Amino acid sequence: MTNTLLTKLNENLLFHTFDERLKPQIEELLSLGKSAGADLVEVFLEKSENISLLAEQDDISNVSPSFGIGAGIRVFHGKKDGFVSTNDLSKAGLLFALNQALRMLGLTTGTKNNYKFVGLSDLKDFGKKKIDWLDNSPDLDESTLKLLQATKSLANKNKNLQVRRASYSRNWQEVLVAASDGVFARDIRLHQTVGINVIAQQDKNRSSSARRYGSSGNPDDLRNWEIEKSAYELNESAQRMLYAGYVDAGQMPVVLANKFGGVIFHEACGHLLETTQLERGTSPFNNSINKQIAHKSVSAVDEGISNHAFGSISMDDEGMEPQNTLLIENGILKQFLSDRAGSLRTGHPRTGSGRRQNFSFAAASRMRNTYIKQGNFSPEELIKSIDDGLYCKSMGGGSVGPTGQFNFSVEEGYLIKNGKLDKPVKGATLIGEAKEILPRISMCANDLDLAAGFCGSVSGSVNVTVGQPHIKVDSITVGGR
Amino acid sequence: MNKSLTNQKIGTLDAEVLNNLLEKYSKELEILKWDMGASVSNDISVQVQHGNAKQLKGSQRNSMTLRVWNKDNQVGVTSTSDITSEGIKKAMRGAIEASLFGNKKESPEFSPLAKTKLEEVNSQISNTHTIDELLNILKNAEKDLIDTHQSIDSVPYNGLSESYMERIYINSEGANRHMKLSQSSIYLYAKAEEKNKKPRSAGGIRINSNLDKLDILSCINETSDKLISHLNYKAIETNKYLICFTPEAFLQLINAFSSMFNARSIIDGLSLMNERSIGNQISVSNLNISDEGLHPENVGAFSFDGEGTPTQNIKLISNGILTNFLHSEATARKFGVKPTGHAGLGAKVSVSPDWLVVSKSESEMDKDESLCIKNTLKEYILIDELSAIHSGVKPSQGSFSLPFDGWIVNDGKRTSIEAATVAGDILKVLKSIVKIENENIVTHQGISPHVWVENVSITGEA
Repeated sequence: MTNTLLTKLNENLLFHTFDERLKPQIEELLSLGKSAGADLVEVFLEKSENISLLAEQDDISNVSPSFGIGAGIRVFHGKKDGFVSTNDLSKAGLLFALNQALRMLGLTTGTKNNYKFVGLSDLKDFGKKKIDWLDNSPDLDESTLKLLQATKSLANKNKNLQVRRASYSRNWQEVLVAASDGVFARDIRLHQTVGINVIAQQDKNRSSSARRYGSSGNPDDLRNWEIEKSAYELNESAQRMLYAGYVDAGQMPVVLANKFGGVIFHEACGHLLETTQLERGTSPFNNSINKQIAHKSVSAVDEGISNHAFGSISMDDEGMEPQNTLLIENGILKQFLSDRAGSLRTGHPRTGSGRRQNFSFAAASRMRNTYIKQGNFSPEELIKSIDDGLYCKSMGGGSVGPTGQFNFSVEEGYLIKNGKLDKPVKGATLIGEAKEILPRISMCANDLDLAAGFCGSVSGSVNVTVGQPHIKVDSITVGGR
Repeated sequence: MNKSLTNQKIGTLDAEVLNNLLEKYSKELEILKWDMGASVSNDISVQVQHGNAKQLKGSQRNSMTLRVWNKDNQVGVTSTSDITSEGIKKAMRGAIEASLFGNKKESPEFSPLAKTKLEEVNSQISNTHTIDELLNILKNAEKDLIDTHQSIDSVPYNGLSESYMERIYINSEGANRHMKLSQSSIYLYAKAEEKNKKPRSAGGIRINSNLDKLDILSCINETSDKLISHLNYKAIETNKYLICFTPEAFLQLINAFSSMFNARSIIDGLSLMNERSIGNQISVSNLNISDEGLHPENVGAFSFDGEGTPTQNIKLISNGILTNFLHSEATARKFGVKPTGHAGLGAKVSVSPDWLVVSKSESEMDKDESLCIKNTLKEYILIDELSAIHSGVKPSQGSFSLPFDGWIVNDGKRTSIEAATVAGDILKVLKSIVKIENENIVTHQGISPHVWVENVSITGEA
């Protein structure tokens, strides 16, 4: 694995910050890859400093800092690619990874001399203005105090809250992307989430309820958390569901609340608009550009630019700036989400959507802030339009099959009777298929709101925002007892 | 000394170097005692699409979790993937800072079993293969699977991987655990489509410690058989049905409610059980469930847990009676028992099962002896695989509502179900078991026979 071009094998990239000074070393790596016959070589470097905290009842029960370093090296040859990740940022470690990626594609360093690598562009430094984000974030004293305030606030809401938990997670990441097409970009990301959850118990009845909030690029986020408001909403939800009965199964119209209600669109439709899915041949929308795939009341976007939204990014993990990508306009499919490999294999243009959890994953086309646009109705008008149905105020998670079949649990649901909200119900599951449900979204309200979430897929777990206004689905299968 | 403490070619950890370094830093930083778990892994994996390589991946990974006790005996923990001397020093400083917030009411200690003798498990490390060898194997598997039936058009999700992992646990009182493991796995998830019908999909997975012994043919056959059987599907009516859970599905369900056996969850109020539940009849009296991390079929077994405690086989339910809980050092101390080898490593230590084994106790008869997967003529629903377990299960309440893949069976004839969910309460399910079959089947997540349950709610779309 030795190579005369890289002689200082023990020199460790860690002892530099991720800046222009790394350029010569990275250019050497990229040049080596190109000389082996690669069409494109990409290096992704990452450092991370994370903290996760947990308060249970009236104590801090867990404080876990973690630190990470790593690199991902990807080599393209034709439409194939090889990807190798490593924690070893020494030159020896990176060279070993590069050679392994090249060998995967049948390439060897030093075998071709007619390569053209003109060098990296000047560093595009999105992180320059974010240097102080880590220092300006709350320290452990401040963070733990905030969590204990939250569990105390919950204790004051109701004595039947037997389990009261508050968690905080702060993820700081510095990344540098360099590719043999000249891309050279750096960014700093800061994501914070707070979560609260409770279990209420009265007699033999139990209910659980949870909320999560998240932001990007806002060191003051935890400081500004409205604890009283969150605790009030959570307790109200837990108390209402404590004596809820099970919903009867059947086909019925439903109204899905705004914010996290958008998780269904994200899971059941959004993923099918990623070129990752097109490559596999599993998206039913593969040949549907400029065709009607949803009710004309539905327009949807995926963007990475909303200020402080959890899925916002200054650049994607391939060094491209994000866009506001119109996915569906008045029910007509307009565009797919594409990364570098997806563009290469499907021909759809890149949209700044190449994302990965960390260095150990190759980037793939992934959503950022994805939501259905708001319409002209009030939420009340949606409820009023239903004689017998279900209002899904709070959604749990769910799953989606490879061709768009989905199942989602309803955390907090209410029957709708004669245009009005009726008694609370639990145990409901929404079952359907994207292609069939999209044309049944007949009304969109005027109250678009967003919610933070984590999305797991081929390139790991990434921060996203889901969202929608209140929407009405004319008919869907509701699972129950 | 800035060089990496792992050898990147073979990924070996040098426990002596790590121990010396941690001792040095702990003296400098006034640390009372420390322990550390670390792992290195080397993996290669391939995916294919229509006979071509789709994605080729490799990785060399390190990670370390470090736990320290400060002079006030408060515990702090940190983890890092930077296993250089600088990285370790930074991690130790982080752990000391975290220890200032250590929970004085419940502080972990070293496991009293961290230096006892270990059982030998999976000591054979298989030979490595090249990426080309993996590619060829998977390309052939993809082709063979597609060739089994004209309606199978692709295998959109597939993968073949080979991994080598090494783990150590050391502490400042001289505990020194070390183990290596090799593992290979294949998954094939195929899609089929017939004219004027919805696309259908099904999959299979196999795991072995040795790639050469991976049963790829049975994975192909299982995937193909399932997928072909799903081509003719129908919607079913919402109703209560007699259910037969396949071994995979029953293990999924029990795993989803494993907080019943988890002492950590019990202490935290997140379990259906409590400290007084041991000895209670919680299922029909011919059900046995144990956790058997040391079972020879468990190819992912490690001989010690995150705290260095030896892995042990533990009876959880015997003749329907709750017999034991799974413990870390801290939970065992609170319950007045010994740790069971199911701990992670942290300031608040997690507990989890290793490998569940479900079996039939001979002490009691089944309620319906006539039921048998091979020849029952009654109508029933065969549940093959549950989905959305992370969202459809409420472990603290016992309720579940889960989509599933399966068939409605009438007169022995299986018809695939288009889409449906199964809902219920786990304690009610355990007490509504009417038959536990005799044949124990090994799956990648444990061992179980087919288990029959009566009167279960199913939501269909008919």
